[in-house]
Amino acid sequence: MSLRIPVDTIRLAVPVLALSALLIAVFWLQPRAMSYLGLNLLFNLAVPIALATVAQMFILAVNDLDLSMGAFVSFAACVTATFLHSSPLLGALILAAAVAVYAAMGAIIHLRNLPSIVVTLGMSFVWTGIAVLLLPAPGGAAPAWVRSLMTAKPPLVPMAIVASVVIALVTHLILMRTSLGVLIRAVGGNQQSVARAGWSPLLAKAAAYALAGTFAVLAGIALVGLTTSADANIALRYTLLSIAGVILGGGEFVGGRVSPVGAVIGALTLALAGSFLSFLRISPDWQIGAQGAILVIVLALRLFLNKLERQERGG
Amino acid sequence: MSALASLTRKPWIWSFVAAGLVWLVTVLFTGGASALGLTLAALTFSSFAIIVGTGQMLVITLGPGNIDLSVPATMTLAGTLALKFMAVDNSLILPGLLVAIAIGLAVGSVNYGLIKLLRIPPIIATLCMSFIVQSTAIWSNRGLRIKPPPALAEFATSGPFGIANVALVALLITIIAWIFLERSIYGRWITSIGQSMAAARMAGVPVDGARFLTYVICAVLASIAGYLLASFSGGAALNMGAEYLLMSIAVVVIGGTSVAGGFSNVPGIWGASLFMFLVVSMLNTYGLGAGFRMIMTGIIIIAVILLASRRNTSLT
Repeated sequence: MSLRIPVDTIRLAVPVLALSALLIAVFWLQPRAMSYLGLNLLFNLAVPIALATVAQMFILAVNDLDLSMGAFVSFAACVTATFLHSSPLLGALILAAAVAVYAAMGAIIHLRNLPSIVVTLGMSFVWTGIAVLLLPAPGGAAPAWVRSLMTAKPPLVPMAIVASVVIALVTHLILMRTSLGVLIRAVGGNQQSVARAGWSPLLAKAAAYALAGTFAVLAGIALVGLTTSADANIALRYTLLSIAGVILGGGEFVGGRVSPVGAVIGALTLALAGSFLSFLRISPDWQIGAQGAILVIVLALRLFLNKLERQERGG
Repeated sequence: MSALASLTRKPWIWSFVAAGLVWLVTVLFTGGASALGLTLAALTFSSFAIIVGTGQMLVITLGPGNIDLSVPATMTLAGTLALKFMAVDNSLILPGLLVAIAIGLAVGSVNYGLIKLLRIPPIIATLCMSFIVQSTAIWSNRGLRIKPPPALAEFATSGPFGIANVALVALLITIIAWIFLERSIYGRWITSIGQSMAAARMAGVPVDGARFLTYVICAVLASIAGYLLASFSGGAALNMGAEYLLMSIAVVVIGGTSVAGGFSNVPGIWGASLFMFLVVSMLNTYGLGAGFRMIMTGIIIIAVILLASRRNTSLT
């Protein structure tokens, strides 16, 4: 009678191991990072990335892919720095309308059986276009409440960590503990059986996209809270980072197999990779490249663990 | 009449019809003054999208999930390193091209190596690769703008009867791609893989070899496009490939190639690339700014894919 480890635990083990290894390496290189201030600095920019990653996760859960994530987060950041700052009600309305557009996008993709890659690709032009119209040059200002929320200093644990835990918990509850979450993951698993069981795949897809839009809007707001200004290209790299974060966190492209906690950890790992390399005194030129390399290493590790898992089952 | 009917059934015809309409509207707006200039400019500026799009089309033909996200990084790295290697020396133009092609071969090989060895989806493999390639480009470029050798710059920006040489290169590449796809066993292989990888494997198609070759061809075409673009625009810049990620996918889709794979379409790449350029110049002649231009581009891509989906459902 051997000890059986659930598959999901193994899936989560890789991102946790990767994050711990990086964190230990950072602490070893720079012991002063092992403090309240140090941790806050290390993970501060991870909050918007984590939110964007979670948003991408909802799309991946229904077997789609959002190539407009970076453009949309930039758009949300521009709205936050302009309308949400000057006339909060109008700003909130615009952001709510943008979430509605996301829901509609999900519905149309489902109804007409369109490839999500192409539709979101087209939408990325639209979001960037609107963002350029809103803020032709970098500028704007962060609403005071956003700024104070993002720079808050809770006792004992830095804000960035608190925020990451809250994001992971909330999305875990939505996706793993509510009936809507189950429905969303079921659509990713097998759309036909969802429809035959009397549920509406259309509703599930629209809901998944609406949730993605909501979290992407939050990512934009959080980003402006940190940077205090915005421009139309501020978050373009989030498209790739968010996809990488979900996969790093144990998510799969098909089958509705995603892990909210893993996704947040994946995003933290990618954010930490940057700090790790600057502590190693590796030139900033190599920062993006190293993120790619870390991703490759983690995926290789996962392949290795999957193989172990299969061998155990077989034997 | 039946000839016309069979013509309307070709999936690529719509991109040419759309391009023609946009051309007509733009020329009418300017009172016909710019007809020739617009045509020549469209041929010149679309040629880069055509070269990159052809490679992306081959990859997309391989089936769902196959897409090469490393295209822009490869273009940048190839343009940067080739120009650096040539060091404004006319005698090194051909070796410089070989440097660019070698970079394409390397990136393509590693791309497929990652896909195969790590068993990860092509999107993630090419994404990781694009991070690494982009970093290499940043490291080697250091923000400098390296000039191309004068003879190469002259070649890229001029040509017979005002038709730029780059457009002729693009034509040559697409003709070769068409022959490969329609008249060679390789074309049959990747089409069958795109329709059903399992069936192709059982039928004895060398699936891994064909997929490997496709990713390599895509990367090589991207590096040739980067080499030409850097020479055409007077130097390599770090962001020079950026717009070609979305562009390469957009021209494939608008050109009538199935996003689900298994059906490719070479002429459509031309129609779609011309269309994309003409739309931008049409909006420019109306005096609309960059923001509106992007919004319109996005709406057009979505409208085309919506129309295409309607066409497919009516057929079945």
